[in-house]
Amino acid sequence: MSGSAEDTVDPSQAVYCGLKRAKVDFAASVPCVNLQRLLNMIDFDPGIAHVPVAREEEGVGLCAGAWMGGKRPALLMQNSGLGNCINALASLDFLYQIPLLMIISHRGSAGEKIIGQVPMGRLTPRILQAMDIPAFSPAAAEAEDAIFSAWELSLESRRPVAVLLDLKFWRSP
Amino acid sequence: MKRIEAVKVVVENAKDAFLVSNIGFPSRELYFVRDRPQNFYMLGSMGLASSIGLGLSLSRRDRKVVVLDGDGSVLMNLGTLTTIAHHAQDNYLLIILDNCCYGSTGSQPTCTHLGTDLAAMAVAAGVRSAKTVYLPDELKAALQGHGVVVARVEPGNADVPIIDLLPEEIIGRFMRSFAPERSS
Repeated sequence: MSGSAEDTVDPSQAVYCGLKRAKVDFAASVPCVNLQRLLNMIDFDPGIAHVPVAREEEGVGLCAGAWMGGKRPALLMQNSGLGNCINALASLDFLYQIPLLMIISHRGSAGEKIIGQVPMGRLTPRILQAMDIPAFSPAAAEAEDAIFSAWELSLESRRPVAVLLDLKFWRSP
Repeated sequence: MKRIEAVKVVVENAKDAFLVSNIGFPSRELYFVRDRPQNFYMLGSMGLASSIGLGLSLSRRDRKVVVLDGDGSVLMNLGTLTTIAHHAQDNYLLIILDNCCYGSTGSQPTCTHLGTDLAAMAVAAGVRSAKTVYLPDELKAALQGHGVVVARVEPGNADVPIIDLLPEEIIGRFMRSFAPERSS
């Protein structure tokens, strides 16, 4: 594999650039191995207040509060954490029409080595669909644009939007 | 003290602080005692009052945020104590109205009824200022501080109506009073 623009885009850098273009200035996170470089970039950025949380649902609450206080919030997590957020997404974000950008490492997709990730991995797109949460799944080269669009959509629709990034995404370049 | 007395002490001495109140009767009692645009009434997402308040307090360090939470709700989101310990600033105060039960659902006991000490748990989580108060005057004094305050209250709910505000009204007026210069 060589030559195409796709190969030369660093996936973590692309996500970071997307967050910056969307002017995200507040992030809550629960780590995933695929998010580690991105989380480091955010930690070193004084323009993004980063609060690592103990459980993803807590992050939904923090991001909602930050939005109410004038911030542009993002929640960074693994798809396993989406399951921990469902009630909060519905009875906090949907109810009060609160935007939220969710950057989700999608485990349990093709190439997954850990069997425990598979059930939730398979269900994740359907859970988002059932909740009427739009999901973007860009390649690394399109990630910056997609993340910016995802935030714009979240802001316009006043609803959470997901960016679902599978194993293939993180393996590039 | 009754919970509604504690709520009254808080809102009457809150000055210009922003209040985030827990789902169920605590929000209803606050609405009844003194409705104000600076009150955010939770209508869902049990367990997240402390987290919403923390996000709010971190977005504007110059505004005081006071959270009125419950023992059952904090027990549902115990990780919040560790996050508060290491990220909350001096403009954040979590008041846990501990009536030792799930007061909005029929007063089923929580583990604080059996001796779980939420103030001690906050200290163990690393919260620098955490204490338990029993009397209205102690609660009033504690409002000047930050961190975590457990206010022991009697079980039982006041006979107060439900909140007849739409969610968008609650958040709209709250956000306008919190950050009136906001553009988006």
